Amino acid sequence: MAAADSAVTFLTERHRWHWSEALPWIVAVGCFFVFPGYLAFGAQILIAILFALSLDLILGYAGIVTLGHAAFFGAGAYTAGLLAARLGWSEPLSCLVLGAVAAAALGFVSGWFLLRYAGLTLLMLTLAAAVLLSEFANAQADITGGFDGVTGIEMWPLFGVFNYDLYGHTNYVYALATLFAVFLAARRIVHSPFGQALIGIRENTNRMRAIGSPVHRRLVTVYTISAGMAGIAGALFAETNAFVTLDVLSFQRSAAVLVMLIFGGTGRLYGAFFGAAIYMLLEHNLAKLNPQFWEFGLGAALVLTVLFARRGLLGLVEDFGARFRSAPS
Amino acid sequence: MAHIADVTFNLLFDGLAYGMILFIISVGLSVTMGLMGFVNLAHGAFAMAGGFVTVTLVGKLGMPFLPALLLASVVVGAASVPFERLLYRRLYKAGELDQVLMSVGLVLIAGAAFTFVYGPAPQALKLPAALDGPVTVFGQSLSAYRLFMVAVGFLLIAALWFAFERTGVGARVRAAVDNRRMAQSLGIDVDLLFTLTFALGSGLAALGGGLAVDITGLTPAFAVQYLVFFLIVVAVGGLGSLKGAFVAALLLGIIDNAGKYLYPEGGGYFIYAATMLLLLLRPAGLYGRG
Repeated sequence: MAAADSAVTFLTERHRWHWSEALPWIVAVGCFFVFPGYLAFGAQILIAILFALSLDLILGYAGIVTLGHAAFFGAGAYTAGLLAARLGWSEPLSCLVLGAVAAAALGFVSGWFLLRYAGLTLLMLTLAAAVLLSEFANAQADITGGFDGVTGIEMWPLFGVFNYDLYGHTNYVYALATLFAVFLAARRIVHSPFGQALIGIRENTNRMRAIGSPVHRRLVTVYTISAGMAGIAGALFAETNAFVTLDVLSFQRSAAVLVMLIFGGTGRLYGAFFGAAIYMLLEHNLAKLNPQFWEFGLGAALVLTVLFARRGLLGLVEDFGARFRSAPS
Repeated sequence: MAHIADVTFNLLFDGLAYGMILFIISVGLSVTMGLMGFVNLAHGAFAMAGGFVTVTLVGKLGMPFLPALLLASVVVGAASVPFERLLYRRLYKAGELDQVLMSVGLVLIAGAAFTFVYGPAPQALKLPAALDGPVTVFGQSLSAYRLFMVAVGFLLIAALWFAFERTGVGARVRAAVDNRRMAQSLGIDVDLLFTLTFALGSGLAALGGGLAVDITGLTPAFAVQYLVFFLIVVAVGGLGSLKGAFVAALLLGIIDNAGKYLYPEGGGYFIYAATMLLLLLRPAGLYGRG
C-alpha cells in the first residue's frame, strides 16, 4: 500500500503551493517600493512575462512550436489602441477584455486550420499567418496608421479613480494584478486533467490519439486560451505605452518571446518570469551601451542554451540544487 | 496595348531575375533540409557572408567581379564546414525548436559581427562595364545584369540537375534523402555526404548573396529580412526537391515583383496568402512527399 499511498500523495501534493512560488511575487511587490523611479520599465517587464507565460502554455505544455505568436499580442494591442484612439472608448479594463476576446477569436480561427499540421509546415504556417496579419495592418493605413502606428491613446482612469502618473505607479500595479490573475488561471489549467492531456500530446501525440484523446480539439482550445492571454499582454502594452506600431506584430517580437521562454525554461510557468525579466533587463542595459554587443551576446547565449542548458535557467538552478542536496550523502 | 505588353514583359523579366536569386540562395537550403531534416534559419547568413566577401574583394582589393563571386562562394562554402561539424551536427536528431533556436542565434551573431566590421549602412558594389546598363534583345531593352543573372540561374539548374541525376555522388545524396538508414546500411558515408552538401549549399547561398547585392542591396540585416522568403521557397517547393525549389523560387519572384508593382500598398501580401493556401492544401509542398 505504501507505493499506492505515495502515488496518491504525489498526485494531490503537486498542485499545492510551494513556499518558493511566493518569491517572484515578493520580488515584484518589493520592486514597487525599492525602485520607484523605474516602474514604467517595470510594467514593461511584467507585460513581457505575461506574453512569455501565454507562450509557455502552448509551447511548454502542448509542444506547439510557433514562430508567429506576436500575431496575438498585436491583435490585442491594436484592439485596445483602436478602441481608445479611434472609437473613443478608453475604459482600460474593458479594453483589456476586448483585446483578449479579439486575440482569442483569431487564435481559434487560425488554430482550427493550422493545428492539423506539425513540424516545418506548422512553423511556416504560423510564420506566414503572422506576417500576413502584419501586412494587412500595414495596408489598412487609414485605420491602423500603417507604418506610423496608432498614436493618441489616452485611457480613462482605472476604475474611474486611479489616474496615470508620470512614474507609472498605477500602470505597474495594474500590470502586476493582471499578471497575477492570468497566472492563477494558467496554473489552474496546467494542473487540471486538461493540462495533463496537453502534456500527453506533447510527449506522444499518436499515443494520445490511440487512447481516444481528442487531440485537435485540445490543441485548438489551449491555442485559443494562449492567444487570449497574449492579447491581454498586447492590450496592456497599448494602454501603458499609449501607442501601437507595426512592431507589435513583427517576427522579431515572436522570436524574442520564444527566446525569453527558452532562457527561463519551458513547461514550468515560472520559466517565463525569469527568462522575460532577465531578457528585458539585459536588453535595457546592454543595448544602451552597444546594440551589436547585445545582439551578439543574445545570439551566443541562444546557441549555448540550446547546446548545454536545454531546460533553461530554472533547469540549471534545479540541477545545481539537486547536486547540492545530494552532495553530503 | 503595346504599352501593356511591354509592362507585362518587364514585370515577368524582373520577376524571373529576382526568382533566380531566390533559387540560387535557397536551393542549398532545400537540399540540406531534405537530407538532414534540419530547420536552418541561418542559411541567409551564409548568403549575406557571400555578399560581404564579394563586396570586399571587388571594392577593397580591386578584384574583377566574376572571379570575386566565385572566390566568395568557395570561401564561404569552406568556412561553413566547421559550423556543420561543430554546431549543426549535434542537433540533427533534436526537435525543430532546438534547431530553430540555434540557427536564430547564429543569425543574430552574424548580424552583429557584420555590423561591427562593415557598419549598418548598405554596401555599394561596382558592376563591370559589360554588365552595367541595358542591352537590346529582340527589340526589347533589358538590364544586362538581370539577363546575366537569369543565364546564371539556368546554367546552375542544369549543372545541379546533372550532378544530382547523373553522377554517383548525386545518386548517393538522393538515396540518403529518400531513406537515410537504408543508405547507411548500404555503406554510403552519410556523414561525409552531409558535410559536402552543407558546404555546397552554403557556397551556392554565398554565390546568390554576391549576385543579389545589386538587386536587393546588402546590409547586415539581409539574413533576417529575406529569411522568410528562403523558407517559403523550400516549404512551397517541397523539401529536398530541386525542381520544387526552382518552380517555387520563380513563382515567388514573379508574383512578389508583380504584386509590389501593381498594388504597392499591399507589399508582400500576395506571397504570404498564396503560401498559406498552398501549404494548407499541400502540407508537403508542390513536389514534396507527404
